[in-house]
Amino acid sequence: MHPFLMKSAREMRDAIWQREISAVELTEATLTHVAAVEPEIGSYISVLDEHARTAAAKLDARVAAGEKPLLAGIPTSVKDNMCLTGTRTTCGSKILEHWVAPYTATAVERCIDAGAIPIGKSNMDEFAMGSSCENSALMVTRNPYDVSRVPGGSSGGSAAAVAAYEAALGFGSDTGGSIREPAAFCNLVGFKPTYGRVSRYGLIAFASSLDQIGPLTRTVEDAALMYDAIGGHDARDATSVNVPFETTADHLRTDLRGVRIGIVKEFATDGLGAEINGVYAKAYQDLAALGAELVDVTLPTAEYGLATYYLIAPAECSSNLARFDGVRYGLRVDGGNIGEMYERTRAQGFGPEVKRRILIGTYALSSGYYDAYYVRAQKARTLISQDFARAFASCDLIACPAASSPAFGFAAKSDPYSMYLMDYYTIPMSLAGLPALSVPCGWVQPDGASQPMPMGLQLCAPLFAERPLLGAAHAYEQATHHARLRTPGLGVSA
Amino acid sequence: MSVMEKYEAVIGIECHVELKTESKMFCGCRNVFGAEPNTNVCPVCLALPGALPVPNAAAIEHMIRAGLAVGATIPTFSKFDRKNYFYPDMPKDYQISQFDMPITQGGVIRYWLEDGRIGECRLTRIHLEEDTGKSTHAGSTDGRIAGSTFSLVDYNRAGVPLMECVSEPEIHSAQEAVAFLESFRRTLLALGVSDVKMEEGSLRCDANVSIRPLGATELGTKAEIKNMNSFRSVQRAIESEIARQIEIVESGGRVVQETRGWDEARGVSVSMRSKEQAHDYRYFPDPDLVPLEIGAERVNALRATIPPLPIERFERYTGTYGLNVKQATQLIDNGSLAEFFDACVRVSKNPQSATNFVLGDLSRLANESGIAVSDSGVSPEHVGELIALVESKTINSKIAKDLVERMWKGDGSPKAIVEREGLAQTSDPSAIEGFVLAVIEANPGPVAEYKAGKTNVAGFLVGQIMKASKGKADPALVQSLLKAKLE
Amino acid sequence: MSSPKIDVAYVAKLARIALTDEEITRFGSQLGDLLEHVAALEKLDVSAIAATAQVVESRNVDRPDIVGESLKRDVVLSMAPSKQGAFFRVPQIIGES
Ligand SMILES: [Mg+2]
Ligand SMILES: [Zn+2]
Repeated sequence: MHPFLMKSAREMRDAIWQREISAVELTEATLTHVAAVEPEIGSYISVLDEHARTAAAKLDARVAAGEKPLLAGIPTSVKDNMCLTGTRTTCGSKILEHWVAPYTATAVERCIDAGAIPIGKSNMDEFAMGSSCENSALMVTRNPYDVSRVPGGSSGGSAAAVAAYEAALGFGSDTGGSIREPAAFCNLVGFKPTYGRVSRYGLIAFASSLDQIGPLTRTVEDAALMYDAIGGHDARDATSVNVPFETTADHLRTDLRGVRIGIVKEFATDGLGAEINGVYAKAYQDLAALGAELVDVTLPTAEYGLATYYLIAPAECSSNLARFDGVRYGLRVDGGNIGEMYERTRAQGFGPEVKRRILIGTYALSSGYYDAYYVRAQKARTLISQDFARAFASCDLIACPAASSPAFGFAAKSDPYSMYLMDYYTIPMSLAGLPALSVPCGWVQPDGASQPMPMGLQLCAPLFAERPLLGAAHAYEQATHHARLRTPGLGVSA
Repeated sequence: MSVMEKYEAVIGIECHVELKTESKMFCGCRNVFGAEPNTNVCPVCLALPGALPVPNAAAIEHMIRAGLAVGATIPTFSKFDRKNYFYPDMPKDYQISQFDMPITQGGVIRYWLEDGRIGECRLTRIHLEEDTGKSTHAGSTDGRIAGSTFSLVDYNRAGVPLMECVSEPEIHSAQEAVAFLESFRRTLLALGVSDVKMEEGSLRCDANVSIRPLGATELGTKAEIKNMNSFRSVQRAIESEIARQIEIVESGGRVVQETRGWDEARGVSVSMRSKEQAHDYRYFPDPDLVPLEIGAERVNALRATIPPLPIERFERYTGTYGLNVKQATQLIDNGSLAEFFDACVRVSKNPQSATNFVLGDLSRLANESGIAVSDSGVSPEHVGELIALVESKTINSKIAKDLVERMWKGDGSPKAIVEREGLAQTSDPSAIEGFVLAVIEANPGPVAEYKAGKTNVAGFLVGQIMKASKGKADPALVQSLLKAKLE
Repeated sequence: MSSPKIDVAYVAKLARIALTDEEITRFGSQLGDLLEHVAALEKLDVSAIAATAQVVESRNVDRPDIVGESLKRDVVLSMAPSKQGAFFRVPQIIGES
């Protein structure tokens, strides 16, 4: 493995700016490494050799011409629910297995314009529905820190790719925790910006009012850089917020003096076992040691997050996924008439988790149940937002776990509801649209594991407070360096 | 009392109007009729994965203006909802529409009938939505869906902004239904928000028809009539449906609730396949779009752009101006003619003369030349001058007619022409007497005939005198002087 | 909302997904379980609470009426599972209108 691949994205970028290495060299090194580790890890549904080489050559020409693109030459993994012209964009589903996108998502376009090199389209839970990547209909992705375990989901492919040095920047999308949970499982920083900060144009919708694109990276600084490149208003997305964009990478901090951090009463970790409880207790102490003032806050309706989410997200998805009908693109399974064609196409094209959610969402919107389920959930969503607003009256950030356990083994969560519980800590922030991230905060030794597995600390900020959020995460990361304890077992040393 | 008179028909109209915009409702594809199939489509209107809608500001303004024109209120809050059902010409398999909070509320369409009576019908709702694509049914002999084995879809029309307007069931005859539609069509044309062409599908309407015994208050079972593609078919289809229902009831049967398709060629409606399952559209607010909050300021600014409405003109023309229904309708239905006419009335303060000029000589010249009056060389100011010249008897009607022709060709102000060319009418008796005497002297034969009692030769003599005066002599004065000289 | 028995076959029909009898049973019990968890929301007093459809409070987001680019027809039709000439082809349409 080329030594440059283990550098952070910022370091790679600087090296390219300084002409220590060319984008073409770095891309070739990445593609060679990808070919070597993919059989074991399985991050990518498609590797974009040609795209990557073309983009790298172009980037080198820009640098030669004196440009200093923000993300110059950085190998990047694009989650396969994001369109990139001329690439197969499958959403991890049979129904789109062979669909080639004729247009590019705004966020991906901005990232490439900023100099990033798209290395591959990464695996994911089908239509981003899942927390382990096991719901992909197309392939298996393994956790680089223990290949007998899942990488988390739904952005598991991008998380595995970045953790395994197959990319330095990873595109994730987060609807209820799909960036933050795989980040925690794969020893990464995973950042979900405020809803509306990053354009959803070209992101294949799961639940439109919740979906948000964000970075998966090995450092907070890298996440900030990528966010700075992809964020900001986009006229093609009516829900993209038109408020001044604040860059973050130039506002990272090294201490937490003057920052009040709320510890959520309802998210007490003593029920998670002594070892995990210890990790979080230590994390909160470290925040305080950096100068933060810890305050107790309460989110009394947060426990209703899961129930609320599992009505709203499926309702929206039941409608968003109607278009996959075998008429214009994607899979078609023939039938004697249009109705049979629809029903067979969708029966064969969608996996069981997608069907479950379409069914529950259809039910929640159907005549006679709409008020009792959908509208009630929307009202609960209001209460959850109000809880956060009250909590943020007495603190600047909230700290809590990103997930209740480290990465688990394959097939460990066979009951759908036990999988849904994985998002217990991340869903409330999604419902409130708040910016939140996961940053490595320590290691635990799960039963049956030969090596310790990473845990993530979740930090959450008020709407649009990305700058203080990333600033604080950086201070914590630089003071603790938990991520450095282990590198994945890829036959490479740290 | 005939059988027909024992019943009252109750009719409600539902129509869809494609709005006239450059681009579609939620994307930048061209909104144009008749393009090559599947050429005006993009990720958004084809519902490609990941594409998102952004509403067209012009379509929203068209809706607000149309709402204001029919007296609807514009609520401060409005939103888009998704109407979920699967259909191959609807790319997303949901339609972006408006459910409980449409952009306009209420309203009433007032219309006139051929006898000049004014009717009105309240609107249940007007809302904004997007059109679907178009399916051509193939494999059957007549292109109809029944018996077809497959369909071909063109998505050019998918996503075109569409206004849906539903009336209350307050219409009681086919004539009223047509008058209602004509009035709505005229209003939308006047606003410039749609081409409203039934033949191109930019106006499509369905009618809900039921009957009840005269005097009853409860509504009967209704049938929905579809596929009417001209006002004439609306009239025929409704008449035929009323007759069909009366016949059923008179023969002891019961009308069933159904959808019927009008077959224009055969002049009958046919029951369409009844719906496979009850619709459960699962409306919910579209999470890809944000609500509309239309402030009073914006509403007032749009209100200021609303032109005089056809029904208002009709009432003014037939009321204040004393025009008949045909004249009023002719002015209103003739493109920019009513506006030109209004200007003529403003300038001349003489509606009757303005009507005569506009519907007479000017309309004739417009027909002959194929040029609209407003595009000719004639301006309302010129018409005003002409009317004043006639009113003051400065010129006679013969000169006036000649002047209209010259104005049409662009010769400019009639007043200036009259002054320049000395065309003012001669009312000086001594001057006219000269012409009279000269003509009597030059025409001994006719004069003798007259004196012998053939008084109708006077017309010939008057003509000669007018000719001698180059048309300028006051014809009335000529007549009286001639008579005096011959007797 | 105390979990009524969900009519999976009806819902699947609305969602246009063919299900086997086995799936109807399995999904039925899984969805029933989920609805039991979801029933927790009944404990919340939401009588005076406004519904949140969107967390961002933007209003009146629209675009000027300007023609933009469309896709090339060969690109569009290259995606079609079935096409004929310049059209998308679909099997016999029955039922709805
Ligand atoms: Mg409609
Ligand atoms: Zn389009």
